[in-house]
Amino acid sequence: MIRNQLLVCAGGACITSGEKSVKDVLVDELKKNGIEDEVQVIETGCMGACDLGPIVVVYPEGTFYQKVTVKNAGLIVNEHLVKGRTVSELLYTEPTSEKQARTSGDIPFYTRQVKRVLRNCGSIDPLSIEEYIARDGYFALGKALEMTPDDIIQVLVDSGLRGRGGAGFPTGLKWKATREATGSPKYVVCNGDEGDPGAFMDRSVLEGDPHSIIEAMAIAGYAIGAEQGYMYVRAEYPLAIERFEYAIGKAREYGFLGRNILNAGFNFDIEIRIGAGAFVCGEETALLRSIEGKRGMPSIKPPFPAQSGLWNKPTLINNVETYANIPQIITNGAEWFRSVGSAKSPGTKVFALAGMVQNTGLVEVPMGTTLRELVFDIGGGIPGGKKFKAAQTGGPSGGVITADYLDMPIDFDTVKEIGTIMGSGGLIVLDESSCMVDVAKFYLGFTVDESCGKCTPCREGTRQMYQMMERICDGKGHDGDIEKLTKLANVIRDTSLCGLGQSAPNPVLSTIRFYEDEYRAHIYEKKCPSHVCKHLLTYTVTSDKCVGCTACARQCPVHAITGEVKKIHLIDQSKCTKCGSCYEICRFGAIRKE
Amino acid sequence: METRMLNVKINGRDYQVPDGTTILKAAREYAKIDVPTLCYLEGISEEGACAICVVEVKGARNLQRACVVKVSESMEVWTNTSRVREARKLNVELLLANHPKDCFTCEKSQICDLRELASELGVREVEFPRTRTELLPLDNTSLSLVRDPNKCVLCRRCVNVCAKVQSVYAIDIMGRGSNSTVSTFLDEGLGNVECVNCGQCLLVCPTGAITERSEIPDVWKALGNPDKVVVVETAPAVRVAIGEEFGMPDGTQATGKMAAALRSLGFDKVFDTDFSADLTIMEEGFELIGRIKNGGVLPLITSCSPGWVKFAETFFPKVLDHVSTCKSPQQMFGTVTKTYWAEKMGIDPRKIVVVSVMPCTAKKFEKERPEMKTAFHYWQEKLGLKDEEAFKDVDCVLTTREAAQMIREAGIDFTNLPDEDFDKPLGESTGAAVIFGATGGVMEAALRTAYEVLTKKSLAKLDFGDVRGLEGIKTADVDIDGTILKVAVANGLGNARVLMEQVQKGESPYHFIEIMCCPGGCLGGGGQPISDNPDIKQKRAEAIYKEDAGKPIRKSHENPEIKDIYKDFLGEPNSEKAHHLLHTEYCDRSCK
Repeated sequence: MIRNQLLVCAGGACITSGEKSVKDVLVDELKKNGIEDEVQVIETGCMGACDLGPIVVVYPEGTFYQKVTVKNAGLIVNEHLVKGRTVSELLYTEPTSEKQARTSGDIPFYTRQVKRVLRNCGSIDPLSIEEYIARDGYFALGKALEMTPDDIIQVLVDSGLRGRGGAGFPTGLKWKATREATGSPKYVVCNGDEGDPGAFMDRSVLEGDPHSIIEAMAIAGYAIGAEQGYMYVRAEYPLAIERFEYAIGKAREYGFLGRNILNAGFNFDIEIRIGAGAFVCGEETALLRSIEGKRGMPSIKPPFPAQSGLWNKPTLINNVETYANIPQIITNGAEWFRSVGSAKSPGTKVFALAGMVQNTGLVEVPMGTTLRELVFDIGGGIPGGKKFKAAQTGGPSGGVITADYLDMPIDFDTVKEIGTIMGSGGLIVLDESSCMVDVAKFYLGFTVDESCGKCTPCREGTRQMYQMMERICDGKGHDGDIEKLTKLANVIRDTSLCGLGQSAPNPVLSTIRFYEDEYRAHIYEKKCPSHVCKHLLTYTVTSDKCVGCTACARQCPVHAITGEVKKIHLIDQSKCTKCGSCYEICRFGAIRKE
Repeated sequence: METRMLNVKINGRDYQVPDGTTILKAAREYAKIDVPTLCYLEGISEEGACAICVVEVKGARNLQRACVVKVSESMEVWTNTSRVREARKLNVELLLANHPKDCFTCEKSQICDLRELASELGVREVEFPRTRTELLPLDNTSLSLVRDPNKCVLCRRCVNVCAKVQSVYAIDIMGRGSNSTVSTFLDEGLGNVECVNCGQCLLVCPTGAITERSEIPDVWKALGNPDKVVVVETAPAVRVAIGEEFGMPDGTQATGKMAAALRSLGFDKVFDTDFSADLTIMEEGFELIGRIKNGGVLPLITSCSPGWVKFAETFFPKVLDHVSTCKSPQQMFGTVTKTYWAEKMGIDPRKIVVVSVMPCTAKKFEKERPEMKTAFHYWQEKLGLKDEEAFKDVDCVLTTREAAQMIREAGIDFTNLPDEDFDKPLGESTGAAVIFGATGGVMEAALRTAYEVLTKKSLAKLDFGDVRGLEGIKTADVDIDGTILKVAVANGLGNARVLMEQVQKGESPYHFIEIMCCPGGCLGGGGQPISDNPDIKQKRAEAIYKEDAGKPIRKSHENPEIKDIYKDFLGEPNSEKAHHLLHTEYCDRSCK
């Protein structure tokens, strides 16, 4: 008899912080106490609260233990399971109220979320198809096979679901177009090439709830008339690949994939294709070329994949998060789906919350949630008492949402209006210490590296923009740079072949729009207001604080600091390389950085 | 089914174009407005990579690429707005930022598409600095071609022509983003991969990134050496194209001026490869007759085109016994000059320098093949030559373009030269040899001879229309006195591949196949003048067939000099001596 279950989060962040060893300790301790048959240890997908990891949840109570280490993991067995005493030192303490939370239901990070896409992530064993079925898994497939394809598509159209990969195209219309396209065979493709820096929504779903994607792809196959699906996932996600592969095997075993699925005369199967790590392969036409075994380079649309996709056949391509919504829409109906979210962007959105925020991790909220709720209520605000400056959305293709828009409901259309994009859901919080010119340069550098090189504006133009940004950050900017950047950015946006190039200038345009003063400070005053751009810093000794300890002079690698013992020191600006080591070593706060 | 006509407004004026028409075609052909392009090559390179042909389309968020976007009903296109002009100009500037500014010395400077584009769009300054910090090394590995990646604008025309037209796939894009280059497998260089040296990439390259390996200095050096007897031979397709280099109308027959100009350059003898083309017909024709009569391997496939020969050796090594053992006319010529002619004239073969003028870059590779030293072996015993003294049958190969360049360097007024004849005895040729320059020509020439030899009857009509023309694959059933000879002709290696796959599967229905590496045959060769006339091959072909029709002798076996060489030197076609001197062997170049 199983009396307890230990759910150990085996998401990427928890694994990195030692989940495997923690799990081993738990298993060992259970054996030592002879209760290994009574307590089941289950590794789940990502539970979302990444900076609380490794996380262990004890069921049936739901006790939420955080930051479990090899040293204290034994307590969960010896105290909680053997003696029935909660291990309070491993509970989460809410920083503002200083209240201890027993279950995830007591933690604001969780209570404000609406888990639809992530409903099984962290709750079930992703390797167990039975657990998925127990959570109504494959019910939607059964229901769909009793519907007509047109009815399925109508439900999707009515639901208003929009593609979660970034562009927000209505999913139902995509399915409809693929169904109506002439050509045979047709294909179903899942885009799991999540490439935005810091984004890991899709990985978590694939690792934590792989059957939901298999089920959705099978429904898609039935709806558009395809018998073959391809899961395209990047090689950087080995765990996702492993679990998805395993799930495919199980689904075949249970008759949810293969021939004559659920005796409905419908055949469908899925193969995995592993990407070699090019960001551009997340662009659908490049992705399809990559599946074909060709160099992943985008091609002109039209023709859209729905008309001519994989091997020039009609192809339905959606991203992981989009598919993850499908089974629940089929099970619960379009109205249920529309019950949360905004009118034009119904449903939820998963964000990867990162950057200067207390609680980083994966969060799922209704569309239309404000940035303030995301950053302050769920994210717990900015650490170190610093001020919120902006949030970067849409990764290298997006832009910033500034403090002025903290109360704006976030959905596909509102973010577009202020010059950024929803993207796949990366949300990076920036505080007052971030230099916006530097942030834009970082993202631009990413697209320069990831441009496939096919079209002139993206290949040559982004590189030119990057060099200009470098110049500006190095204090070599000159009059006219902002205008030149803007002009170049507009042409790149206007003439690039695919979405990567068309959106590559967004971080620059968006930061120029909201933080032109910072650009001007870099260019005209040769100052970085946030003290980030190294070449624009000046280190000076504050005479009333310097005690003449000589620490800075001894530390300076280029001997730019002179001064005798107990005398005020001086930095020779012509020698200073702005390395900052004097600033770091001074115990008296006598070095000023500006 | 009748094509639906669509209404389109271009720059405010209404046009009707057939469904499926691109904006580019609609603008150029219907509205008579040129939309500039760089990476576009109709039917071959239609990728929209360069972003030069952008136009404004009402309702579209971004500028659209005219070359690939098709007209839709009631589309409104603007080709000349400031937004369009600025975008085109800026994209050209971006390309120029990293392009070497050595137009003064660049071989392509007079015909550079990039330079022309910059000029047309009014680019007067490049406001962007160079972003590539290091110069990339030249690809010098090929015996035929040199690639300079620094001049490459990554338009992919070369990649597409190599893949789609020639089905060779020797080059593709390597690396990512601004580090991408056109390169070969593992960056091994053209000389070390499956490249067949056809030079089609060179013809389509919009800049000077691909050029032939020049042999002009070697030829000047030979001409300046009083101890050498320097003879030149000119291929059939050269005479109908070289005039273009001097501004003469496309399709001008410039045979006499070419002979005069070469003589004026200082060549001791100006001979004609057409002579050895006739010789090839004798050897290949008799090989065909022999194979048919004796149940030999069929179909027999021609071997004149060195690009095709390397293609066969690389991709179809198992069926090389189908390829005729005859050397190409260029190589037969070299051998005959350094044996028969040397003997006849009493000249030490070591003193002879054979220069050939070819429409071809692959010929530069061919002359370097190790087996192409037959004349040396012929003399080795007679003169007691040592191995290290081995000389090649053909010493230098000039492309049509290089020959024209030498004529320009010498200040010869080509267009006003009085016509001159070739020198004898290796200068006499027939119409059959002339048509070697066009696809189907070798086939037609062989048929003229084979028919008469087999039937001992005179052909009533010499023109075999079925094998003429520029289609990729042509087939015909030729009635030879009741026996049907099934023949096929392919030009362009993509088409050759189709016929060769049949041969490899043992399903080829033909007796005789002519294959020419380049589209259109030699007249479209990689060594020919670079033309922007889409009908250029047609024009050159017309000139070739005109030359044939005007020849007093039009059948190879009736060439009196050919009769002489068999009588005085070779014995009869396919004799042991002929085999020894005029035939060759092939090797397997596939990757194993």
